[in-house]
Amino acid sequence: MATVTLSNVGKTYAGGVDAVRDVSVDIQDGEFVVLVGPSGCGKSTLLRMVAGLETVTEGNVRIGDRAVNTLDPADRDIAMVFQNYALYPHMTVRDNMAYGLKNRRTPKDEITRRVEEAAQMLELGPYLDRKPRALSGGQRQRVAMGRAIVRQPAAFLFDEPLSNLDAKLRVSMRGEIRRLQKRLGTTSLYVTHDQLEAMTLADRLIVLRDGAVEQIGAPLEIYRRPASAFVAAFIGSPAMSLLDAKVAEGRVWIGDKAVAPTAVPAGEVTLGLRPEGLRIASDGALSMRVDYIEELGAQRIVHGFVDGQKVAVTETGAESLPADLRLAVDPLALHFFDLQTGHRVPQAATQPVAVPA
Amino acid sequence: MQRVKPFDHLVLILGALFMALPVIVAFMSSTHSAIEIHSSGLYLTPGDDAAQTYTKVLTARGGFTGDVTGLLMLGNSMIMGIGFAVGKIVLSMSAAYALVYFRFRFATLMFWAIFTTLLLPLEVRIMPSYQVMSTLGLLNSYTGLIVPLLASATGTFFFRQFFKSVPDELLEAARIDGAGPWKFFLDVLVPLSKTMMAAIFIIMFIYGWNQYLWPLIMTTDESFYTLMRGIKSILQVWVGSQIPDYNEAFALAVLAMIPPVIVVVVFQRMFIKGLTESDK
Ligand SMILES: Nc1ncnc2c1ncn2[C@@H]1O[C@H](COP(=O)(O)OP(=O)(O)OP(=O)(O)O)[C@@H](O)[C@H]1O
Ligand SMILES: [Mg+2]
Repeated sequence: MATVTLSNVGKTYAGGVDAVRDVSVDIQDGEFVVLVGPSGCGKSTLLRMVAGLETVTEGNVRIGDRAVNTLDPADRDIAMVFQNYALYPHMTVRDNMAYGLKNRRTPKDEITRRVEEAAQMLELGPYLDRKPRALSGGQRQRVAMGRAIVRQPAAFLFDEPLSNLDAKLRVSMRGEIRRLQKRLGTTSLYVTHDQLEAMTLADRLIVLRDGAVEQIGAPLEIYRRPASAFVAAFIGSPAMSLLDAKVAEGRVWIGDKAVAPTAVPAGEVTLGLRPEGLRIASDGALSMRVDYIEELGAQRIVHGFVDGQKVAVTETGAESLPADLRLAVDPLALHFFDLQTGHRVPQAATQPVAVPA
Repeated sequence: MQRVKPFDHLVLILGALFMALPVIVAFMSSTHSAIEIHSSGLYLTPGDDAAQTYTKVLTARGGFTGDVTGLLMLGNSMIMGIGFAVGKIVLSMSAAYALVYFRFRFATLMFWAIFTTLLLPLEVRIMPSYQVMSTLGLLNSYTGLIVPLLASATGTFFFRQFFKSVPDELLEAARIDGAGPWKFFLDVLVPLSKTMMAAIFIIMFIYGWNQYLWPLIMTTDESFYTLMRGIKSILQVWVGSQIPDYNEAFALAVLAMIPPVIVVVVFQRMFIKGLTESDK
């Protein structure tokens, strides 16, 4: 168990691709940090630099109190779980888990003990003598986790470990990973492009975009105060609607409709509206033309256009809706982003950040 | 499933006969005496000289020195076949490992250099090879027989393609698990290559087993006689009024077929098992 510290870490691949730029983060002992971002933003590259599978071209990586930039993966005291499991196909589950320990000359009875313990924790007991090909995807993923656990490393690294599983299994494995990590208290760095997975697993989230950190923070903090329009659109499902708007005379305007009073400086802005911050109400300030409705059971998502711009609203009703609705806006649930930079425009200090239920 | 029609069977039977008849004729003829064969041609029915002919072929001493028995030739052919197969597998696996997993300059160039030697058959380079072996004093030795032909572009190519198909994550997992280059090769790649090895063993064993020209040139000592040369030398006695020992030639040919068949059967099973068991 250890801290993992990245200082100004960067990676330029041969050929000049800047995959990661200037990432600095302190991961506390026992913390579960999730790296999230769209495909190609450099998540895997960053993780692999921590693992030692890619060279670090800039900055420093420290695990515990050691600088590990030049250490071999084997000497970094980390364990990694891969997306495609990367189990040794010719070894039994038991041997797969024991292989790393054998290479470290761990005593035999110690290996047996740890493997049994991990197998019990992961309910892999009945499969110990099977080969990976005789296991289901979920079981294979558990073996891959077992292989990481038995090593008792300073840190776990996960690279999209659940993306090969079906939706239902993903949810249950997600819970399992979270529970295991809490129980073992091992520092973890987890890569995913699934924002839901990121939200549910993380103690802290790192949102990456084009190789640079966009925002670091607790999931709820990021959800409630996204630092940029990019983060706002990426975190949360259904996604936040982003609209071109204008602030004038102390109010926000969409087209020629005043939406709500606000304290942000006048000018063109990007207005962010979470679907749950909108309410269908006959006396609402905005008129929406309904495009289509997604029925989810517990709630439904109404997609439509306000002033020609896309907007989504969640609601729990069951009756059929007219083609034209009026929407009421919660003035406390508005997000403002700079039109050019996309950065969040700070609002008056008195403005509470909580999203009303 | 399509219903099997009589016509399909007919085609298959004809095909099978076409393949098997020469072997059957060879075997049946080998059970007759040389004179019978000489006077009435090849046979499709068994004769009564089988035991005698085969014992003679295996144990009778022949050649100029009178030391060459069928068993000795069988042994020599065996050494050639196994030496070739094992040597080529070891060599081409190591070469492919270096080519795929180690980044060094000119690796691709090197590979293509090896690959183009595929285009040069043994016959083209047989004279220089002979020259080299003779200078090294390796004529009339197993080393001289086997080593010059071990470098195998085919094998290197197959193993290279196979190694390239092994997912990178496996290497990465092994690196994290603390396996160095040797351990990764021995613990992961070699077991995974079993089916490749079986396939190449079959091909190379037969290649070595069937060598004729090279042993003919490389060895003058009769104790290095292989079966292929034995068969040839039996038929070479067309001097005077002597009748060649057709029956013995056939018997030897039949014997020469057995080990390759065994190799194919044994390794084929491994090969197919490996294919059907291969990782998803
Ligand atoms: N070996 C390489 N050489 C050059 N460029 C690379 C290499 N590996 C990755 N890249 C580039 O670096 C960037 C980041 O890649 P990376 O694999 O880290 O993305 P990612 O965030 O993990 O994406 P995904 O969610 O699709 O896995 C991409 O633009 C990619 O094209
Ligand atoms: Mg990735």
